[in-house]
Amino acid sequence: MADTMQFDLVSPERSLASLKATAVQIPGAEGDMTAMPLHAPTITTLRPGLLKVESPEGNTDYVVTGGFAEINAEGLSVLAEKAIPTSELTREQLDTLIEDARAAHKAAVDNEQHDLVTDAAKLLADMEALGTHIAL
Amino acid sequence: MPSLKDLKNRIQSVKNTRKITKAMQMVAAAKLRRAQEAAEEARPYAKRFNAVMAGLASSVGGSESAPKLIAGTGSDQVHLLVVMTAERGLCGGFNSNISKLARQKANELIAAGKTVKMLTVGKKGRDALKRDFEDVFVGHVDLTEVKRIGYSNAQDIAKDVLGRFDAGEFDVATIFYAEFVNVVTQVPTAQQIIPASYEASEDEGLAAEYDYEPSEEAILADLLPRGVATQIFAALLENGASEQGARMSAMDNATRNAGDMIDQLTIEFNRSRQAVITSELIEIISGAEAL
Repeated sequence: MADTMQFDLVSPERSLASLKATAVQIPGAEGDMTAMPLHAPTITTLRPGLLKVESPEGNTDYVVTGGFAEINAEGLSVLAEKAIPTSELTREQLDTLIEDARAAHKAAVDNEQHDLVTDAAKLLADMEALGTHIAL
Repeated sequence: MPSLKDLKNRIQSVKNTRKITKAMQMVAAAKLRRAQEAAEEARPYAKRFNAVMAGLASSVGGSESAPKLIAGTGSDQVHLLVVMTAERGLCGGFNSNISKLARQKANELIAAGKTVKMLTVGKKGRDALKRDFEDVFVGHVDLTEVKRIGYSNAQDIAKDVLGRFDAGEFDVATIFYAEFVNVVTQVPTAQQIIPASYEASEDEGLAAEYDYEPSEEAILADLLPRGVATQIFAALLENGASEQGARMSAMDNATRNAGDMIDQLTIEFNRSRQAVITSELIEIISGAEAL
């Protein structure tokens, strides 16, 4: 059995990581899941959260703000809208992200687009929860 | 016949121009390298994104309930042309080539009885198209203050475009930009982004059966707006590299022309200097003979 798989983390602006991983915890839109080698092929969208990568060289955490992940026979690719290594994230950056989410929420409420309100509220809650998770 | 002083001033002024164009060429070369790197780094994302979209689109796209962004609104009456050009000039035919393509397309559509709307990105394209199409301009995106094009710029443009689409302002959107081939070749390109067409690449033919979480339709609906942003982002980066490439070769030509001009002027200057000396000598000699 293969004990590692190819893991790629790419954002629109650059490729952040490409390595062999043993397990990756993904903040899926419908709940966290952990992908390990030989996982069934899956495509899932992401919610803002922590992406935990375990590899033989050590563990790395990334903060992702949305996007999607594709798991296939070759490995796992995460296409994140924005991804920042947790160790490099500052309180200010997170605050800007929360502020953006809050603005989106407000815009949805103001325009009375009810289906968007719940989405935006969830996004905002996810963002805020993220802050407490990584203790900033 | 210009005087010696005039010629001297002229040579000095061309020399100064050459210094400027030379400096601009070097700046453009440095910026080009950065722009190319940025375009290169964005490629893996776009490639994977398109592969996933192609898979999704082929399984969901054909159905009746397919999202409008991929299936279209069922009409193609109103066209939105997003014309992306540079914020600065002095880059050869770069801006005018893109504007020309957009103008041609717009005239074709108008001749076919369609309604055309235009959204301009970058000041130069706006200026070039203002005379013919000012009354169909629906907006303008100013990137003058942006030093380095980021994904967020593309997202803002995409948000604007998608907002108009949701409001039913247009049926088909096309972006105009210059594709970067190499430093001397940039191809003005028109690409339709709404309704989107994702083509499956050959090697994806054997794609595995995926589990989708949430449903295929939900993922597609979530990803399509991102697809618009991704395509706009890719186009912006291509445009950035093309602009610098075009400027670099334009400035290289200008520097060389200035060099040629200096050579010619120097010859002319020397000739008239010699003519002056000769005529002075003749005056002295004939004066001496007369005594």
